[in-house]
Amino acid sequence: MATSTSAAKSIVELPAATVRFCGDSGDGMQLAGTQMTNTSALLGNDVATFPDFPAEIRAPRGTRAGVSGYQIHFASEEIFTPGDQLDALVAMNPAALVTNLSDLISGGLLIVNSDAFDRNSLRLAGYGENPLEDGSLAGYQLFPIEMTRLNRLAVEGLGLSTKEADRCRNFYAMGLVYWLYDRSLEPTLHFIDEKFGKKADVAEANRRALRAGYNYGETTEAFVSQFRVAKAKLPAGTYRNMTGNQAIAYGLMAAAKRSGCDLFLAGYPITPASDILHELSRHKNFGVRTIQAEDEIAAVTATIGASFGGAMAVTCSSGPGIALKAEGMGLAVMTELPMIVINVQRGGPSTGLPTKNEQADLLQAMFGRNGECPIPVLAPQSPADCFEIAQEAWAIATRYMTPVMILSDGYIANGAEPWQIPDVGQLPPIPVSHPEGIEGNGAFQPYQRDARDARPWALPGTPGLMHRLGGLEKEDVTGNVSYDPVNHQHMVDLRARKVRRVADDLPPLEIAGPEQGRLLVLSWGGTYGACSTAVRRAQNRGDSVAHVHLRYLHPFPKDLGEVLGRYERVLIPELNKGQLRMLVRAEYLVDAVGHNKVEGRPFFVGELLEAIDRVLLS
Amino acid sequence: MTTDTALNVLKPNDYASDQDVRWCPGCGDYSILAQMKKALAEMEVPLAQTVFVSGIGCSSRFPYYVNTYGIHSIHGRAPAVATGLKTARPDLNVWVITGDGDALSIGGNHLMHTLRRNLDINIVLFNNRIYGLTKGQYSPTSPLGKVTKSTPMGSVDNPVDPLTVALGCEATFVARSIDVHTKHLIATLKRAAAHKGTSFVEVYQNCNVFNDGAFKYATDKGTKHDSVLELVQGKPLVFGRDRDKGIRLNGLNPEVVELGKGISEDDLLFHDEKAEEPTLAYLLSRMMQPHFPEPIGVFRDIDAPVYDELVNAQVAQAKDKQGEGDLQKLFESGDTWTVE
Repeated sequence: MATSTSAAKSIVELPAATVRFCGDSGDGMQLAGTQMTNTSALLGNDVATFPDFPAEIRAPRGTRAGVSGYQIHFASEEIFTPGDQLDALVAMNPAALVTNLSDLISGGLLIVNSDAFDRNSLRLAGYGENPLEDGSLAGYQLFPIEMTRLNRLAVEGLGLSTKEADRCRNFYAMGLVYWLYDRSLEPTLHFIDEKFGKKADVAEANRRALRAGYNYGETTEAFVSQFRVAKAKLPAGTYRNMTGNQAIAYGLMAAAKRSGCDLFLAGYPITPASDILHELSRHKNFGVRTIQAEDEIAAVTATIGASFGGAMAVTCSSGPGIALKAEGMGLAVMTELPMIVINVQRGGPSTGLPTKNEQADLLQAMFGRNGECPIPVLAPQSPADCFEIAQEAWAIATRYMTPVMILSDGYIANGAEPWQIPDVGQLPPIPVSHPEGIEGNGAFQPYQRDARDARPWALPGTPGLMHRLGGLEKEDVTGNVSYDPVNHQHMVDLRARKVRRVADDLPPLEIAGPEQGRLLVLSWGGTYGACSTAVRRAQNRGDSVAHVHLRYLHPFPKDLGEVLGRYERVLIPELNKGQLRMLVRAEYLVDAVGHNKVEGRPFFVGELLEAIDRVLLS
Repeated sequence: MTTDTALNVLKPNDYASDQDVRWCPGCGDYSILAQMKKALAEMEVPLAQTVFVSGIGCSSRFPYYVNTYGIHSIHGRAPAVATGLKTARPDLNVWVITGDGDALSIGGNHLMHTLRRNLDINIVLFNNRIYGLTKGQYSPTSPLGKVTKSTPMGSVDNPVDPLTVALGCEATFVARSIDVHTKHLIATLKRAAAHKGTSFVEVYQNCNVFNDGAFKYATDKGTKHDSVLELVQGKPLVFGRDRDKGIRLNGLNPEVVELGKGISEDDLLFHDEKAEEPTLAYLLSRMMQPHFPEPIGVFRDIDAPVYDELVNAQVAQAKDKQGEGDLQKLFESGDTWTVE
């Protein structure tokens, strides 16, 4: 085989690139993706990722159902989405190719493990003919590489079984892509030391596989050019990569520190929320107490018990679990105890699409409890924003003595982006106080109100403040059980008013684009990146379009109605059938139109641009 | 945390809240409330350090009537509320008040897991073998064939025994008493409070409106001596008005024998509440009328690791080993990069 040096190969500068690794769910594609993400972030790129994996832990090998993918978008400019289309696709088997090819741009780089294209695998993927040989891939830059064989050669002599050797294949693929995009091997070599250091042979095999993949790109003539994506111009500071679930966990820990409360989390394992429980369980030396409860109901009610005891009490779940927690949340509303309920949304209804993305639990968060039972609802807009939203939720919960719901989603939870590490010393305190005795004469009044309509958070153990909470309607001021009709009306009104007061603390809306004009795009939650990118592109071509993104769903910011009125049309894109649109229409009588999708995957920027066009032209 | 040192001469009435008690006149709950207040006063339990947690049902109104902290929570979930509270605040004395429907039907799952974890709380189950608050439907402890509003032709549900369930869930303290058996009830509640770990106490409680006389056999002067057997640690199982009957083990099965006629107390089964294995306690929990006298007293009382202590010990251990957590350090761990 003829070789040449890399110096002979041209380097093409790109502003951004989108790459997807895909293969069997046992092929280590998630690891390849996270390593590529980390490496790119360390190199100074802005990154946005989209891990996409099946609900089955190991679907039958080689089938379409078992394909797992990890998409990464890295750029020299600020980016907000994992990218609509792929510049490069790495497919480890025929099933991965057939299920992912349609996302690759015409003329894009297509790297496949040609060793995996045997008759059986082709049949499992549904191919009649081998696509590597029948010319059907002529529209792409196809690189069939014998990854299985070359990888086995690379790790030869280490005494590994064939199966063990093949497990290193993802590192071979990684090495090749690293070369292609001019990434350093160092971060991943360091990762291998950390992760496999104790198993010297496995560590060495992974190192060799990684280098072999890299060297293949460098030394063969298959690739004529390398690509380079320069550093992004992010605001000055120290960064690390952060997924949404990890950022929520860190945000909760920061809120605990800021408020001087001990963090307590009760959860029941559920996709895609479990990582919050996992992360917090690792940090007991911060005084964090975690309970893996027997079920979702126990998790929410244990949270109520912990809050009564004075802890910063949190429970986390996903839609099906939130349904089970509904009665508990009602008790938290009635007892007016501060706590946080996190819903990392997934596709529904019922068990639905556990690993796929949807934002269809908004109305559940708003109304999914019996009786008039309002709670504040917040939604992070990106993985890093989860850090902020968790702290805001606790500030609201304690200031108003109420449970608060955070609506994250699977896309935010598993996706990663650079997170600017804050100076912990600069985080302002979240003031929390507990009465220590009775002011004035008479008995303690647990349902007495302050200026914000919040009642006192008196803790068991405090002499003289003994009181009883419960789910029966409470008499104003005394907190005694009351069936009085006028009192019930008063208390229902009071609880609603208290939650509405949260809007007093909310900042004015940020409008991206003209202060008034033809169209306002209104979005919430994890669609922020796609919506803001689409609006920016529309603005760049001269459209009169602005973007407002809501992080507070209940109550709405006070100026929302006025802002909506400044635009001729309002477009609300959502990954549901129009839930925010229903709320906005009901609240403001605005004739908003929707762009709605429930395919279990995020919006593409392209489809949002088309939606903007449709509204502007109609 | 401060305690009510100035109030350590509390009388039972000091434990009463200012709320009117609203159980039906003649309800067994009144007696249980009275004995609880006496037991708390005798133990000099500080009001502010005590929390009563309940679910839903007649018995679950209990917290409103005691002048301690309390939560009247939702149906069946009191043990879970208590789990959060006790884990966050191991310094508190936590009692769960529940009923046969609350604990064994809708809340069965939480009861099981609280018992196996051995959380340091006391659970008192008022067993009246009926749903009272919803006006008379059969409960998980109602006998087969029970005619109620929801079972006009008789219940076809096989009942469970609360103590059998508790023992099956690895409970470390299991006892039974009777609402009107006041001295026994006070003593049993005090034993439960003294136990480290989850104490589970079943109290036979008469619902004089919807299931009157369910425990007549155990409370009537004429029948109680033959239908109830009081367990005493280390003593043989003797019962009867003239204490002339006993329980002997025949292979794996208990049998009723008459003392005298060649059978002495030494031939009887001796009670051992400290037995590591729950086998004997289980066998006692299966003794039911009309074939056997029903045992009351402490069935089982063993030491075992306590959940809330273990959770908090791990926190202490982590702090010892890794030092008090430093958020800045944590945030800056892993791969970071700096943008100038």
